[in-house]
Amino acid sequence: MSLTDNAPRHIPDRLRSPLQDKLVSWESLLLAVAIAIFIVNSLASPYFLNAWNLSDATFNFTEKAMIAFAMALLIISGEIDLSVAAIIALASTAMGVAMEMGAGTPMLVLVGLTTGVLCGAFNGALVTKLGLPSIVVTIGTMSLFRGISYIILGDGAFRGYPSSFSWFGQGYVFWVISVEFVIFALLAVIFGVVLHKTNFGRMVYATGNNATGALFSGVRVDRVKMTLFLLTGLMSGLAAICLTSRLGSTRPSIASGMELEVVTMVVLGGVNILGGSGSIPGVVIAAFVMGLVTFGLGLLNVPGIVMSIFIGLLLIGVIALPRLWTMWRKKVG
Amino acid sequence: MSHLKSREAILFGAILCLLFVVATRFPAFVAPGTLVAVFTDTSPLMILAMGQMAVILTRCIDLSVAANLALTGMVCAMINVAAPDLPVAVILAVSLAMGAMLGAINGILVWKLSIPPIVVTLGTMTIFRGIIFLLTEGKWINAHEMSPQFTGFPRADVLGMPVLGWIAVLVSVVMLVVMARTTLGRSIYAVGGNPHAAVYTGIDVGKTQFAAFVISGMLAGLTGYLWVARYSVAYVDIAGGFELDVVAACVIGGVSIAGGAGTVVGTLLGALFLGVVKNALPVVDISPFWQLAISGAAIIIAVAFNAQSGRSKGRVILKSAEHAQ
Repeated sequence: MSLTDNAPRHIPDRLRSPLQDKLVSWESLLLAVAIAIFIVNSLASPYFLNAWNLSDATFNFTEKAMIAFAMALLIISGEIDLSVAAIIALASTAMGVAMEMGAGTPMLVLVGLTTGVLCGAFNGALVTKLGLPSIVVTIGTMSLFRGISYIILGDGAFRGYPSSFSWFGQGYVFWVISVEFVIFALLAVIFGVVLHKTNFGRMVYATGNNATGALFSGVRVDRVKMTLFLLTGLMSGLAAICLTSRLGSTRPSIASGMELEVVTMVVLGGVNILGGSGSIPGVVIAAFVMGLVTFGLGLLNVPGIVMSIFIGLLLIGVIALPRLWTMWRKKVG
Repeated sequence: MSHLKSREAILFGAILCLLFVVATRFPAFVAPGTLVAVFTDTSPLMILAMGQMAVILTRCIDLSVAANLALTGMVCAMINVAAPDLPVAVILAVSLAMGAMLGAINGILVWKLSIPPIVVTLGTMTIFRGIIFLLTEGKWINAHEMSPQFTGFPRADVLGMPVLGWIAVLVSVVMLVVMARTTLGRSIYAVGGNPHAAVYTGIDVGKTQFAAFVISGMLAGLTGYLWVARYSVAYVDIAGGFELDVVAACVIGGVSIAGGAGTVVGTLLGALFLGVVKNALPVVDISPFWQLAISGAAIIIAVAFNAQSGRSKGRVILKSAEHAQ
């Protein structure tokens, strides 16, 4: 490190044009990968290029992406929430209990979203009020929330949701465009605007880059973090509604391990896991990449657990490769 | 007086209270034989917690221990099926070496590429489990396929306690010496306590973290063989989610997640606390489905308790925003 610091700095003759910057950005690299995967998939399987099959493929990522948007903001602000999958389990269980008590579809939705927000508030309060590290808090609540589902359900399951409830996970708005996909697209726009075009978005970046600096510039750091935990809880509740509606049943093991895929999606989208940088378009493309990869592998009859190897490798590789690249460039140049 | 207030004493008191409460209704629970059985049942958790403690002390975390355990255990079982006459000593050596190697993969990614440990071990956690599936195609290895000496070793009775329990004692004693009396042990504390100061004292932070991951991996590998042999079965999902119990044992035992603070004795008591709870639940007729929620609640309470007791008493002039990082 110290060697390079002492070397004379290389100053470019002229600044790179915005177009050049766009071409070498993480997002465009990711987009190229997505297109490549799309082409490889359509060559590898004759069933890939079919409107209905592609529509089915979107279900691989829509629910995860809903959470990933909120998680991206949370990670940019320097925190993390590993309890999202457990929140889905608890929210789904709460909806099951409400259903048994005779609640209709609007009530079920309300119960799902409220449970999500309450879980988020619990995480947020522990992190901001007591000043605890979010990794440990959410590892704890990950067991706690799912544990409560197990206490309520044991090895049983809730079935028999009202038929109108199936609209969220199984309904279509227009031809092959599913309800979930529309929700995903709307959320992508909303989160993109919030993060990149509002004061709040700038506060999220400021908090993640230098929390103390942000505090002294008048950013209410704890309030920003609390809001993001609530938002992550809300999105997990929404994902729980979609997932429960799509599966038509609730088991305590629902969505197990999904937190890993959500974090992978966020990191793959170019969000710095240490906080401070990242973008929503990146996360959107990452969602498509992961959806296409799992769908393509599924068409080739690759079992789910083997896909999880790919997800794990993707998570590590995505962070490791750029670092290896800079190390190699330093060595050469 | 200060000894009475120490975290270890409080935890020890809590365990005694717990035993007392259970004993008032079920006196058989505190019979020496039962206590030894509880200790033996908690041994895998204690061994893994020893490794996890070293990792957390260096400001890292190892979420891949349970997957490492499962993979190494499966490989040991497969070796046993292929060569039933291989002595247990060789299997033990293989489990230690393989566990250390898997731990070294985590360590090298953290050391050389400075990838955040949580990301590395979340990734390797799924990769290790996936590899088990690739090796076995999802098949189980059952008791009848394993040789009697392979499954008998951890259960063999020595001086009234199974070998498994004695291994936990041995590992604890070794870790006690390593953490308190060796350069590596002191470096581990120094790196976690203040990485910048550690660098100026001539300690290689990354290398020390690497060493901690190797220790954690080695102990996970060892536990892998012991686990598979004790339960006489190996499949993809053994010890699923156990990494959370291991982290819980450390946090309850007073190991600070911010690194640098925590003791071997505390960690052991943390593991024993969880072990007693787990074994007491069926005795007092509470469904085992409660266990996950109890572990989770215990982690949160313990970490909140740690933060309160570790808070500085000085006058707060400027509100710090950095506490959550």
